[in-house]
Amino acid sequence: MTFFFWTFAAIIVTSGLLAITRRNGVAAALWAAVCFTAIAGEFVLMRAYFLAVVEVLVYAGAIMVLFLFVIMLINLRKEDLDVLTGPRLHIAGVLVAIGFMSALVWTCRKAGLFSVYMNQDAIGGETANLAKPLFAEYLLPFEIASFLLLSAIVGSVLITKRRLR
Amino acid sequence: MSVGHVITLAGLLFTIGMLGVLSRRNILIILLSVELMLNAGALAFVAFANMHGNLDGQVMVFFTITVAAAEVAVGLAVVIALFRVKETVDTDRVQLLRK
Repeated sequence: MTFFFWTFAAIIVTSGLLAITRRNGVAAALWAAVCFTAIAGEFVLMRAYFLAVVEVLVYAGAIMVLFLFVIMLINLRKEDLDVLTGPRLHIAGVLVAIGFMSALVWTCRKAGLFSVYMNQDAIGGETANLAKPLFAEYLLPFEIASFLLLSAIVGSVLITKRRLR
Repeated sequence: MSVGHVITLAGLLFTIGMLGVLSRRNILIILLSVELMLNAGALAFVAFANMHGNLDGQVMVFFTITVAAAEVAVGLAVVIALFRVKETVDTDRVQLLRK
């Protein structure tokens, strides 16, 4: 179990770093898909089984495919393939990253989160168990989410229309 | 393998996404890095759902993925519409609002 956790964690961090540093847009999107699949593996380890499947289907399967479509439809010229904006922004970003991570680790240590271990007999996130709160307590957000998806579909079709009639 | 370790991993992924947003000029890679940050939040939510023993965190991740999908659709539509006008995806070139 611990072995799988560290393996998935290494895959997540490595593929995330590779995703943001590739010159080629297609390579970046594919490394991000690897990252999302490893995150789905982490979900399984934390007993979120339905979410792991949804993550692979929706994120790695639909959102990344959408990215790849757009990246390939837009023919990029050579000067658009860049990696970094400039050395100054890079150093500032690394400093902010170090500061943020140290604050986060310090907070987790203070809250005692490093001694709370993964709960393997917690309630499992299977489909039936997840459906119970989703359709009872969280029914209103569920309906609003469906409306949100409808408006996103209509909006994206409208934005890309060539001529508004 | 404790909750603290998962939160640290989520923070690391969030930082990686943030570095991607800050240092890339290509708007498509910026959107991709935002997706990484959203996934980092989802990872933290699932970890806390496991810690507390109820599934509220997992319901939140369900909605996070839904909203992220909608946001990507609209964001890419805007990128396509912008590309039709400006013929570039370089954010340094898109200075239409600047005086």
